Amino acid sequence: MIFLRRQLPLLITLVMGLTFAGQYYVPHPASEDMLTTVNKWLQIIGGFVLVLGVTSLFHIHAVKIRRREPGWGYSFVLYAGMLTTVMIGLWANGKESMDGAITGFGWIYSFMMVPLQGTMFSILAFFIASAAYRSFRARSPEAAVLLLAAVIVMMGRVPLGEYLIPVSGDATQWILNVLNASVRRAILIGISLGAIALSLKIIFGVERAYLGGSKE
Amino acid sequence: MRRKGIQRAALGAALWLAAAQTVAAELTPPQDFAVFDTPSDSGGGLTLIWAPAAYDGPDVRYQILLKPAPTAAPHPSPLPEGAREHKEEAGEGGSIVAEFPANTHYVREGKLPWWTRPAASDWHRYDLKSGKGLELKNGVRYAVAVAAVTDTDRALTTTQLAVPQPNWVNWNQMNNLLLVMLFASVVFVSIRTARRRDIFLRRIAGLDAVDEAIGRATELGKPILYLTGAGDMSEPSTIAAAVILGRVAKRVAAYETDLVVPHRDPIVMAVCQEVTKQAYLEAGKPDVFKEDSNFFITTDQFSYTAAVDGIMLRRKPAANFFMGSYFAESLLLTETGASTGAIQIAGTDSDHQMPFFVTTCDYTLIGEELYAASAYLSREPVQVGTLRGQDMGKAFILAVLALGTILATTGVLLETELPRIVLDLFKDLK
Repeated sequence: MIFLRRQLPLLITLVMGLTFAGQYYVPHPASEDMLTTVNKWLQIIGGFVLVLGVTSLFHIHAVKIRRREPGWGYSFVLYAGMLTTVMIGLWANGKESMDGAITGFGWIYSFMMVPLQGTMFSILAFFIASAAYRSFRARSPEAAVLLLAAVIVMMGRVPLGEYLIPVSGDATQWILNVLNASVRRAILIGISLGAIALSLKIIFGVERAYLGGSKE
Repeated sequence: MRRKGIQRAALGAALWLAAAQTVAAELTPPQDFAVFDTPSDSGGGLTLIWAPAAYDGPDVRYQILLKPAPTAAPHPSPLPEGAREHKEEAGEGGSIVAEFPANTHYVREGKLPWWTRPAASDWHRYDLKSGKGLELKNGVRYAVAVAAVTDTDRALTTTQLAVPQPNWVNWNQMNNLLLVMLFASVVFVSIRTARRRDIFLRRIAGLDAVDEAIGRATELGKPILYLTGAGDMSEPSTIAAAVILGRVAKRVAAYETDLVVPHRDPIVMAVCQEVTKQAYLEAGKPDVFKEDSNFFITTDQFSYTAAVDGIMLRRKPAANFFMGSYFAESLLLTETGASTGAIQIAGTDSDHQMPFFVTTCDYTLIGEELYAASAYLSREPVQVGTLRGQDMGKAFILAVLALGTILATTGVLLETELPRIVLDLFKDLK
């Protein structure tokens, strides 16, 4: 049992990790085919695991409805929405349009999903404004520098701002290309080293916490 | 008398110069021409090299002629009127697949490092590659020739044969492999060192605040919300998020506080369920563990965001953790969390979302700190040693940046290619 739970996953991780790290240095089409095949396998496994996810979703909300927990009505709406969409989708044979005419499934996607997604995305504009207001209050020297940089960049990125303060365009480019880019690259170097170190630990079985537990 | 002598000498020099120019202008076939399978490629490519010529300039052009072998060598397109042909025996049927000025396409113009350069940097090099009207089949023998052409003249090399083949090793990237192996060695040596003696870890405020956040949630009797980001299990940031979840869950279990972990990826959910379960076991509180603390919502970005925002507004968690990689949903999540008054700790390697996390969260683990979190929270020598290895890697990169700047500047000032011997070692080559 311990072999199946611990050693076998670690062995698979080691073999696959080394194989696909090596794959990066092999330009032969056979190497590319192997990567494509494994990616397809991942997609297939992902499809099966989706059943696990949907089961989890049904279970959580079924419990909420059964126990009449606060907000159980939302769970009911979720059930109704999901089952209705599945039924209409099956009825439409999974197609969004047939013979040029939109199906019920297509209607749900175009007139419910897309506007709802758009609504969520559009809220971002208001959240950016509120977050910017909080951040740009010059309560400390650092915040004051942030505010100054933000004002210059905002002025330099719109035609009116550059018209009013001509130097803001060049100043914006300098802030973005010199200050911002160098800091970003420094962060990326750290991220890359961290990711490589973590990958090495996982491949060689030094990091095992993701398997559940770390001491065995 | 003396003046006459000078005039005669000047005339003689002028005649000699004119004769020399005539010789220089005379077209000769490109010398030392060779063609071979392009090394370190996936097949379908041939590389041609030949020596520079005295007539290399914008007025002369090179033509590349190609046809499948074993039939005779290729023949150029019909000669311009009055042109002389130097290599009548070159055969027929070849087609011109490329034509360019004679002062272009040098070995030095390519991005090849010094250890894979096929010839001296002042030699000509041309890569024939499948695509855009040209198809080179692997295993098929091709006859290739190069012609130097002017408006009135043409000089053709002898035909060379070569077979395109896919290669098993990309030698251009050997510096990459070498550096990875060097870094791996440093990491493992650091781990071994850390087992023998203590290594100093600088404070990471965001991770020090983990206990504070959990304590606050316990005092208020509110749950803790933990998100593992938008990535799947193949992303290091998601794995790091799962590892940190284990550390957080262990402390949450000790305080018997509620843990809520909504997921976007079913595989991540399954892994995190195991991680959480094990954490509760290690904390000695298996009875407090709830199977449904990890649950799946949807893979859709904004549907997931709306659902998590709803959880934040209805259940009002006292602490929100945002670990892993994020996209446009980051601000929607954190700003909603901030509006509920929760203490928020973020950790991400998504550099494009960091400004949003920094402005809306109480603490942010920037980039590598996300990967360091596991070591920081566990204090295990093996984990801490990895951090020391990373720091040494950063010191190495800083030194290379300084050295590279000096060498590149020196190379330009002294007009020498010598610095490339070092600089090429650190280039990202394909």
